[in-house]
Amino acid sequence: MTTTSSPGLVPRHSRSSRRAAGGPGIVYHAVGILGELLITLGVLVLAFLVWQLWWTDVEGNRAQAEVVENLPWAPPPTAAAGETGPVIAEPRRDEPPVMAEPDHAVMFATLQVPRWEGEPERPVSQGVDRPTVLDVLGIGHYPETAMPGAVGNFALAGHRTTYGKPFNRIAELQDGDPIVVRTADTWYVYRVTSSAVVTPQDVDVIAPTPGQPGVEPTERIITLTTCHPMFSARERYIVHGVLDYWAPVTDGTPAELLGGA
Amino acid sequence: MYPWLWRHLPGPAPVRILILAVAAVAVLAVCFQWVFPAVAPYMPFSDTTVGE
Repeated sequence: MTTTSSPGLVPRHSRSSRRAAGGPGIVYHAVGILGELLITLGVLVLAFLVWQLWWTDVEGNRAQAEVVENLPWAPPPTAAAGETGPVIAEPRRDEPPVMAEPDHAVMFATLQVPRWEGEPERPVSQGVDRPTVLDVLGIGHYPETAMPGAVGNFALAGHRTTYGKPFNRIAELQDGDPIVVRTADTWYVYRVTSSAVVTPQDVDVIAPTPGQPGVEPTERIITLTTCHPMFSARERYIVHGVLDYWAPVTDGTPAELLGGA
Repeated sequence: MYPWLWRHLPGPAPVRILILAVAAVAVLAVCFQWVFPAVAPYMPFSDTTVGE
């Protein structure tokens, strides 16, 4: 075959015109192998990018959709007797029920943002470490921050790129936009009050009173944290909101999720 | 490296190409399943939390 005869042809020509036989041949051989290794490495780096930028989204979205689909939660009621469509839940502004903090990596709530049209309902789980929560379950809840509806700061973290990217469209949020959190029995409708870009060390944004650590909280805050700029970990994008109202799931569905308000 | 591999594969050219294709898919599958997830935490992007 051509492959067996070709190695003998080219080196013999160059070998005879140079110094000792074997010397340059070995160098050419080594350079050839080095080139092959570098090309192989390049292909592997490309494959890693494909995995990171595409495959983790495929896996993350599938896993998170599965979690939401398999929730044993009762759906909100739909209109009875003749009428179709969901019932709009009456907003309540009295003391909301607050659940106890669950164990690590336990999914306890979902998050929906009407502004992010086309985004699925995302699960929210306890904890913010990447291997057990953020990379596999999506949105994570900072341990020991407030639970939904509580006075204090309900602080969440999520990927903006890769792993299903639940907070991919965080920069689209505007002041006043609803953020709807659901636990097994209760809706909590927050409204965005501010967005900011901070450094990764700025832990005050998840303090009970954001920006004022140690100050006794008086408001029911939600905070979303994610990376900024996209595909970088240099800064963090922060969105704060306050609780607008709450409603029992048995009362219906928040108007915000039905295309209203 | 690759010429050496090519010379040591059995069968005619189409068979060798098939073997190489299967091997490439296998290497990529191992990377996607185990290698890349293990390497990813050391990459300097997609950190989303605040804290030290």
